[in-house]
Amino acid sequence: MIVIGVGNDLRRDDGAGLAVVRELRGRCPPDVRLATCDGEPVQLMELWNGADLAVVVDAVSPASGPGHVHEAAELPTGTHADTSCHGLSVDLAAELGRILGRMPGDLRVYGIEGVEFGFGSGLSPPVRRAVTEVADRITALACDRRS
Amino acid sequence: MTHRHERTLNIGALARVEGEGAMQVRVAGDRVEEILLNIYEPPRFFEAFLRGRAYTEPPDITSRICGICPVAYQMSACRAVESACGVAVDGPLGDLRRLMYCGEWISSHALHIYLLHAPDFLGYPSAVEMARAYRPLVERGLELKKTGNAIIELLGGRAIHPVNVRVGGFHRVPTPRELRGLVPGLRRALEDALATVRWVAGFDFPDLTFDHEFLALTGEEYPLERGTPRTTTGAAFEVADFEDEVAEYQVPHSTALHSRLVHGGRYLTGPLARFALNRDRLSPLAHEAAADAGLGHECRNPFQSIVVRAVEIVHAVEEALRVIASYEPPPPYVPVRARAGRGHGATEAPRGLLYHRYDLDGEGLLTSARIVPPTSQNQAAIEEDLRRLVQDRLDLDDAALTSACERTIRSYDPCISCAAHFLDLKVVRS
Repeated sequence: MIVIGVGNDLRRDDGAGLAVVRELRGRCPPDVRLATCDGEPVQLMELWNGADLAVVVDAVSPASGPGHVHEAAELPTGTHADTSCHGLSVDLAAELGRILGRMPGDLRVYGIEGVEFGFGSGLSPPVRRAVTEVADRITALACDRRS
Repeated sequence: MTHRHERTLNIGALARVEGEGAMQVRVAGDRVEEILLNIYEPPRFFEAFLRGRAYTEPPDITSRICGICPVAYQMSACRAVESACGVAVDGPLGDLRRLMYCGEWISSHALHIYLLHAPDFLGYPSAVEMARAYRPLVERGLELKKTGNAIIELLGGRAIHPVNVRVGGFHRVPTPRELRGLVPGLRRALEDALATVRWVAGFDFPDLTFDHEFLALTGEEYPLERGTPRTTTGAAFEVADFEDEVAEYQVPHSTALHSRLVHGGRYLTGPLARFALNRDRLSPLAHEAAADAGLGHECRNPFQSIVVRAVEIVHAVEEALRVIASYEPPPPYVPVRARAGRGHGATEAPRGLLYHRYDLDGEGLLTSARIVPPTSQNQAAIEEDLRRLVQDRLDLDDAALTSACERTIRSYDPCISCAAHFLDLKVVRS
């Protein structure tokens, strides 16, 4: 099992996924790999390729409310907008991974709704609370798999 | 198509962490009246972040400017600080820096060639669609990128925003055995890189020729982590004179400063400039691959930059193998004591010359910083290329013309091309 936190610590709530990984250090069973990624699809594919379960945590755009946590069994396909060259997009990584046969056995995605994505560090309070909630859920998931 | 007296193409809402911008093309009758490329570059904020920070911090802080070329920022930062402190880092430590830079070139160029630029030539809207039809090719590109990343991870601690680089050298240097572990991957990469040159050389390139002056580092070797700035008209100057020779200026439509040569004008930096000024310093196989690909003594078609990038991957792989073959572990760093003064550093990032200048006080704190990234330097040249492109293709409809503009912008690599992938187009006619 691997947990991959995606994001950018210098764009405030975009660092939510990275914060979750920091919270998990020392808490998860030792066979759980923890990794961070800026969303670059090739790196994502390399990280999750061959894992029996990959958990991806990323910040998502506001919809329901700041700090709201979405959980899904896969990344959506066909919605990517090729938003960059450095960072193509996370869902594009999944689509490319499927075409190239570089996907984990199982994939789980946590999206934390952010509110502040400007320059600077530090999470907004609702996202900070959501980070702890997601870290708790992942810890429980990792422990369940061992039992 | 119907006759259009006046046409305006707006490409806007470019949102990227590394670069944000927009493009507007205004055509009146049969003449292109205005091309405005608006690129927003965060490095300006980093110059402010750096003030008051310790002289040991710029490599780590500036590496955050870009996720694709953090090594370039670290190397230019180290050279600038070390020059301020009167220290030169050469020999085996310099070779290790060069090796790490090779990793970044391989990784960055492979990403651009295979996932960003090639779809344009093969007629696919994105790498995903291209991968369905050309899976083995895309996998070859990903393997190349992985090889570059492996070098950065070993020397830098991690591929994105490496943490093992410090002023004076590295926190830790690898063992010979660790470096030798890279060799099998690099040998495979050499074959893949040569195949990449042959592949992209066969693409159908749009007809466009520019006459910009080129600016690149030059020296005894093909430039990566060091060199002396030189232009195609033969003018060479010391890195310390960069700000006397290159003038940055503001334009109303862009928050990123444009650049011009004080004694020349508009210029271009990047792979095409490096190749024009350093072709004879390419590694033997890279030199041969360039000739076989039909590249002459210089290349002035921006679309063919994909071929030059492929040639540079061959060079970087060969250079990496050369460094590893002669490696003897040095002490990890040269002590660098702070002193008041000014220091300059210039290296060749994947997309062009990257200049840093720092002023230090007697306590080793930065009192000012200046960073001139290649993307900013190239803005004026890109605008001129777009002007020529549009002027020669006014018979195209707006959609085709916009697509051609986006392709042109992508030829210059990441910071701009990334944004160009998701432009909202607005066409205004009157």
